[in-house]
Amino acid sequence: MRKDPLADLHMTPLNALHRELGARMIPFAGYDMPVHYPMGVMKEHLHCRARAGLFDVSHMGQVILRAAGGYAGAAEAMERLVPVDLLGLAEGRQRYGFFTDAAGGILDDLMLANRGDHMFVVVNAACKADDAAHMRAGLPGVEVEEITGRALMALQGPAAESVLAALVPEVAAMRFMDVGVFDSVFGELWISRSGYTGEDGFEISVAEDQAEPLARALLAHEDVAPVGLGARDSLRLEAGLCLYGHDIDTTTTPVEASLIWAIQKVRRAGGARAGGFPGAARILRQLAEGAPRARVGLLPSGRAPMREGTAIFAAAEGGEAVGHVTSGGFGPTVGAPVSMGYVPRTLAAGGTTIYGEVRGKRLAARVAALPFTPARFKR
Amino acid sequence: MKFTEEHEWLRVEDDLVTVGITEHAAEQLGDVVFVELPEVGTHVTRDDEIVVIESVKAASDILAPIDGEIVEVNEVLTDDPGKVNEDPLGDAWFFKIRPEDMSQLDDYMDEAAYKALVG
Repeated sequence: MRKDPLADLHMTPLNALHRELGARMIPFAGYDMPVHYPMGVMKEHLHCRARAGLFDVSHMGQVILRAAGGYAGAAEAMERLVPVDLLGLAEGRQRYGFFTDAAGGILDDLMLANRGDHMFVVVNAACKADDAAHMRAGLPGVEVEEITGRALMALQGPAAESVLAALVPEVAAMRFMDVGVFDSVFGELWISRSGYTGEDGFEISVAEDQAEPLARALLAHEDVAPVGLGARDSLRLEAGLCLYGHDIDTTTTPVEASLIWAIQKVRRAGGARAGGFPGAARILRQLAEGAPRARVGLLPSGRAPMREGTAIFAAAEGGEAVGHVTSGGFGPTVGAPVSMGYVPRTLAAGGTTIYGEVRGKRLAARVAALPFTPARFKR
Repeated sequence: MKFTEEHEWLRVEDDLVTVGITEHAAEQLGDVVFVELPEVGTHVTRDDEIVVIESVKAASDILAPIDGEIVEVNEVLTDDPGKVNEDPLGDAWFFKIRPEDMSQLDDYMDEAAYKALVG
């Protein structure tokens, strides 16, 4: 991808289109990215939930893993780096997972797909160089190919299926977390039925010279509006999804992060392929005994947002901080502030009242189930 | 009407000054989701942080532009913060202040100078 020599930022293949659409651009993970368009964060968020939003996520890392044993060879090797059942992942299916470190912390979270003769993974922009090095070092005999000539965009929302199916009819038959490779007038598209908003939708990898024509074709539909990073963040927050470097990092284990659901039984104690990933001793112990703290949803009782870094207390007065907010802001669909953060296990039950210190005042918030808005995936 | 470099507008009506933020400021903030107003009767000094505004993007403060006493606040904004984006120069005023020294207003820009500042 191109680099802007003045700002020293990478530019995605949709950079010119963002500017033409009137986006406000900001540096993000080394890329010049749209934070919002003239519609604004709030309306973009609501539009995505009501109709459909188009997101440029070309900054994310796309990687193909090839091994002598085909997909199974790559999966067997990759199970040494992630606590996920990859050998049991059917062809044409994708799973969420994370790289763990020796202490059981999270190095990055990622999507892993079985594409028949190889594995395809998508990793976070800010981590992609480290992830590639980590895979090369940790996966002997596996070829790690970082894909550089392709853009990635997400089409999310209740209208996503009808809009995309007009261009690629096969997508109508896909279910949540299906992946496929399809020929189209925009060349070969790598499509998964997944996203980062809690809505039904698709993530589409396209050759970079076809990215702008594809984006224009999608945006030509009256249901589709471009959505920037601002609303991407509020959408994923309402959906209860983690943002790497904020809600999860090397100081949080998957158990503390309430991501137990992503560790299949076969990788847990008593499973056929239990452990065998970095930090397994600590993670399996926490699975058995419980972790000292948990990531929970928080609903502030007032209108003041409790943003990232807000200290959490058990009582309205006195005592030391017992946790902190890792993501927080206003939830446009909820119509109120929403946050996520870490609290001691004893305070993690739904309905528990905790206090966030905002501008020197302790404001009440209630521990709430995640997601804040119901997921609308097509299962 | 006078304007501050902090993008506030000040309108003199008799012996009171009404304060709000400019369209430029509202646009830069993005959708406002929370407004915390000072208490009526508070005595403020120039540059005191007296209003908190939170938008979908971030939290920011409004500074007291002059010394004086807060005599009225616009409670509507507490329940409907989005008014700040809809009508920043009209319905979405923040507070009225009884100045101690009207000459402090002389330090601020007129509309032409403010327009030149924000381009």
